[in-house]
Amino acid sequence: MPELFASLVPAFAQDAWNLLPPLVQYLATVLFKILLVAIVVILIVAFSTYFERKVIGSMQARVGPNRVGPIGLGQPFADVIKLLVKEVIVPAKSNRFLFVIAPLLSLIPALATWAVIPVNDWFVIADINAGLLYVLALTSLGVYGVILAGWATNSKYAFLGAMRSAAQIVAYEIAMGFALVGILMAAGSLNLGEIVRAQEGGLQYWFLWPLLPLFLVYWISGVAETNRAPFDVAEGESEIVAGFHVEYSGVAFALFFLAEYANMVLIASLTAIFFLGGWGSPFEGIAAFERFHDNLFFGWFFAGGFPWLFIKMAFFMYTFFWLRATFPRYRYDQIMRLGWKVFIPVTIVWIAVEGAMAWFEVGPWAGLTG
Amino acid sequence: MFQAILFYMFAAVLVGAALGVVFSRNPVHAVMFLVLAFFQSACLWLMAEAEFLAIVLVLVYVGAVMVLFLFVVMMLDIKVEEVQRGLTRYAPLAIAVALLMTFELIQLIWMRNQGEGSATGFAPYPEGYSNTESLGSVLYTEHVYAFEIAAVVLLLAIVAAITLTMRKRPGLKVQNIAKQVAVRAKDRIRVVKMDAEKKQ
Repeated sequence: MPELFASLVPAFAQDAWNLLPPLVQYLATVLFKILLVAIVVILIVAFSTYFERKVIGSMQARVGPNRVGPIGLGQPFADVIKLLVKEVIVPAKSNRFLFVIAPLLSLIPALATWAVIPVNDWFVIADINAGLLYVLALTSLGVYGVILAGWATNSKYAFLGAMRSAAQIVAYEIAMGFALVGILMAAGSLNLGEIVRAQEGGLQYWFLWPLLPLFLVYWISGVAETNRAPFDVAEGESEIVAGFHVEYSGVAFALFFLAEYANMVLIASLTAIFFLGGWGSPFEGIAAFERFHDNLFFGWFFAGGFPWLFIKMAFFMYTFFWLRATFPRYRYDQIMRLGWKVFIPVTIVWIAVEGAMAWFEVGPWAGLTG
Repeated sequence: MFQAILFYMFAAVLVGAALGVVFSRNPVHAVMFLVLAFFQSACLWLMAEAEFLAIVLVLVYVGAVMVLFLFVVMMLDIKVEEVQRGLTRYAPLAIAVALLMTFELIQLIWMRNQGEGSATGFAPYPEGYSNTESLGSVLYTEHVYAFEIAAVVLLLAIVAAITLTMRKRPGLKVQNIAKQVAVRAKDRIRVVKMDAEKKQ
């Protein structure tokens, strides 16, 4: 596929490109890739807010946004413009520097994690060996934005929200990390591309089946990590108004909003990559469809490609909204109990089961010990 | 050249952040400077091709330890003057430790240069070499006993920490989760059948 794009570029442009020094070529390629991924992620985030309001609207027998543009599609942009022109208020007794930097600290890790995420067989910004560790390290940084926002605001409500969020994220991170240990054992690699390739061959090879308990733990922990309903006690509006972002307005609030949705998109994509075969197609292994694999227009449907990752991601985004519309908020002590006393033991047991299966060469792990 | 520029940039920010930890008046700022310092050292380790250690430094120290630090520091209401007095009181000890560390580092570098001729840098690893894989392959085979001992020590620390902080408070109201989950409608609601009362 990259060769196809290369053949579309006119010859004189290729010559001019080859004249550039290698360092400039490298930097230009990487910058272009980063821009491409960042813009696509931000667009997905913008439209997922619209998607959320439509989905929840239909679940509650309402219409949802339908005023701006055709069927309300311009709503995300109207919201962004509204937030951009609103005044940013910094509370007088707050810590100004940390107050301003906190939204950035929660957004940057969510976007930076995309560096190692393979959206395709050949498109990934940084194809590093320790990709899984990088994902774990960066997702654990998102909590700083929340804690600092809560503290710098100098308000009791915001502080309570920050405390709740910090304890919750630290608790669920451990369960998430253990679930990823299971992935690591099954795939035999920390590279996200290798993890997807280990699930190649169609629906029945996805890690979803042998790692079903870990999948459930990872997904629910992902919902808790992003502070989404039913785990949204960090901003529980009926108890502590809006939690850590009580005093944020305008652009600063928009950044928190963006960070929350970027994190959701990230968790949805990671779940698709770890458990649902990433860009792989569920019909990959079926011999009858193999003759369509080279088709330029719908070959991806059978051979796998970026659209499949997008479809799986969209499904998990839908599940986020579905959960929000369905469940009431968890009580705080129940959240802690679920994280520490249910999920962590479940993951540890399943890792032991996986180890035993690999040792006795049962199922998909035959040959891993050799 | 490019690498040297990057190295000096990271190193300069690291030194600046370390000074910030010591000299900042606000404890929360000090913690954030420490986070920055960890980040910069992780970047330096990445440049030395120790990507596993670098990422684990961020994961463990920045992602977990410093979050708990921040948690505690934010809860404490520390007076700025006390922090200032502490700085002058502990300064001699700090300077002594710093001098000792510097001496050790210089000796280490000097010894390296004595031994292997001109050891000016690391030889780059071959293409496709995975730091994580090679660490894992010796950690669980050659050094498995040391690894297990470390695990036991950590477990001991966890148990000790819990026993030190656990206290039984009389009169504490606790919910019995198993009981709550097992509750059925008939345990809570009694449907009473009554005859309609006659009109007076």
